[in-house]
Amino acid sequence: MVRFLIRRLLTGVLVVWLISVIVFAIFFIAPHNVAQLLLGKFAAQNQQLVQTVTKQLGLDQPIWVQYAHFLNRLFHGDLGYSYYSHEPVTSLIKAALPITASLAIGAAIIWVVAGVLIGVLSATRPRSFTDRLATLFALIGLSFPTFVLGLLLLYFFFYQLHLAGVTFFPGGGYVPLTQNPGQWAQHLILPWITLAVASMAVYVRLTRGQMLEVLGEDYVRTARSKGLRPLRVTYRHGLRAALVPIVTQFGIDVATLLGGAIVTEQVFGLNGLGRMSVQAVTNQDEPVIIAVVLLAAVFVVVANIVVDLLYAVLDPRVRLS
Amino acid sequence: MALLEVRDLTVEFPTTDGLVKAVRGVSFEVDSGETLGIVGESGSGKTVCTLSLIGLAGGGRRGGQALFRGQDLLTMSADELRAVRGAGIAAIFQDPLSSLHPLYRVGWQIVEMIRSHEDVSKAVARKRAIDLLGLVGIPQPARRVDDYPHQFSGGMRQRAMIAMALALNPDLVIADEPTTALDATVQAQVIDLMVRLQKEFHSGLIMITHDLGVVADIADRVLVMYAGKAVETAELDDVFYHPHHPYTKGLLESIPGASGTRGKLRPIPGSPPSLIRLPSGCSFHPRCRYVMDRCLTDEPPLMDVGAAHRSACWLPATLSGLAEGTEAQRMKVAEAARSEDTPVAEGES
Repeated sequence: MVRFLIRRLLTGVLVVWLISVIVFAIFFIAPHNVAQLLLGKFAAQNQQLVQTVTKQLGLDQPIWVQYAHFLNRLFHGDLGYSYYSHEPVTSLIKAALPITASLAIGAAIIWVVAGVLIGVLSATRPRSFTDRLATLFALIGLSFPTFVLGLLLLYFFFYQLHLAGVTFFPGGGYVPLTQNPGQWAQHLILPWITLAVASMAVYVRLTRGQMLEVLGEDYVRTARSKGLRPLRVTYRHGLRAALVPIVTQFGIDVATLLGGAIVTEQVFGLNGLGRMSVQAVTNQDEPVIIAVVLLAAVFVVVANIVVDLLYAVLDPRVRLS
Repeated sequence: MALLEVRDLTVEFPTTDGLVKAVRGVSFEVDSGETLGIVGESGSGKTVCTLSLIGLAGGGRRGGQALFRGQDLLTMSADELRAVRGAGIAAIFQDPLSSLHPLYRVGWQIVEMIRSHEDVSKAVARKRAIDLLGLVGIPQPARRVDDYPHQFSGGMRQRAMIAMALALNPDLVIADEPTTALDATVQAQVIDLMVRLQKEFHSGLIMITHDLGVVADIADRVLVMYAGKAVETAELDDVFYHPHHPYTKGLLESIPGASGTRGKLRPIPGSPPSLIRLPSGCSFHPRCRYVMDRCLTDEPPLMDVGAAHRSACWLPATLSGLAEGTEAQRMKVAEAARSEDTPVAEGES
């Protein structure tokens, strides 16, 4: 168990390191001059200024020296400064992460609870009206682009309701949970729904498929033969067994989202990691891009380890070694 | 009145290929302390015919009557039937590994069974689970009660299944090929255990199997099924020494080293018919060595061929048994009642 954990952590560190090398390299292969970009119209007038800025940013050094500096700073918890705002990248992330986390975790809870419940309902009555309705819903959810759904929700729940005098749903923005939990939730309801719908559809299909398989298993027949209540057979015996692959998928999905929900954040004007990375890419703000990519990688790596540990908790037949 | 009286049971499954007639009018009874062996090949309807009684055969349209302690199982409400399952009629299945829930401890599964029917505390139920595991011969039951099924051997798993089935002292136990998935030595142990426990609990037992050897060890009476019908019912000894139906005889002759074969194995030619498109007349006629003309057109009902011995075959009632003289007579009767162009099944011997 401990050995498993150590091995997985070491692999994880290796993965994150490899990603850092790749991201670092990509930005130096790309043909651009940061100093020139930063200086804009001044660059053309003053070539010396360009050189000064280049030197200041350490961009005149060989790439491996720059990378060594970067790594060294990283170990001291310093991700550098944004080329644009000149703020430390760590404080930018500190500001953006709670927003993305609020969005992702809230949406995840909605989609997993609703998706699994609908999936179970649909599997216990295959080919019924409920099942067909769930399938239709899943198809629509899957094929609906997030930005269209987000804009539609805004149109009806923000614009139309405001015209009708109901001002419950704000049109965007964010209020920290610590400041006002009520307003926090109020601001996030529409983004949560927007983000949850597509994933919910995936979980409906996943749960339905898993449940249909499990409900045909011999041990479910045994549960019925014991004279248990149908709900107990479905949930305690059926869903319990179907849950293992669902949990695996869920861990990875949440981790991926924590790296930023670009479209949803953009539509609702939430300054989370997703929006931050879009801006950073547009501005070629390398320190920010690298930081966001690394953070996302760490989330995925950690989630993978957590999922593996959960696997052993959920299934006694799995031994970690 | 017997503990379980099944009258003219039919079970049909509508499928896209047509109506599957899995059980076509089967009647039998089982009393307390009695063991009925139901024998037949895969697809003969032996499992459906029993598990459908407690609603475990996966839907299907059921007809006829099945009186358990005087109440018809087929017309009961879902809740009434649920109360019967486990407490009144318990089931033991073929593969103990897949029949126990892999993610729950063995003891937990037995406790769940007890507590879903009786209002007892967890501690009391657990104590009973440990006692039951001890009763079925699990060593160190107080420790093994917290094991998961995968930590048990195949034989131990089936013992645990038996313990669970007996947890509520049911009046009737349905055992669906309980030894098929086990090693030969373990098979014998499990059969011995079931014989012993049945005496102790005085419950009725239905043993479903394709293995006549198992039936010989445990059954009082035997019902032979073919293509969804009972083709022969008799006391145990009559089945083994005086079989009347050619199918029963064929089953006996295909057991290695069994009584009537004199060292020769004679497999039944062909394979069981489709339950959607059954042969005309007697459904066994395409595989029968004694086929007569009327077998192609008339379906034989179960007829008395001896004391408590019934067979669904047009051969004369006197022609049962495995003696060589009887065999010669059977061939003579069959040949006389057959026209030139009637095809006769020939197996290699």
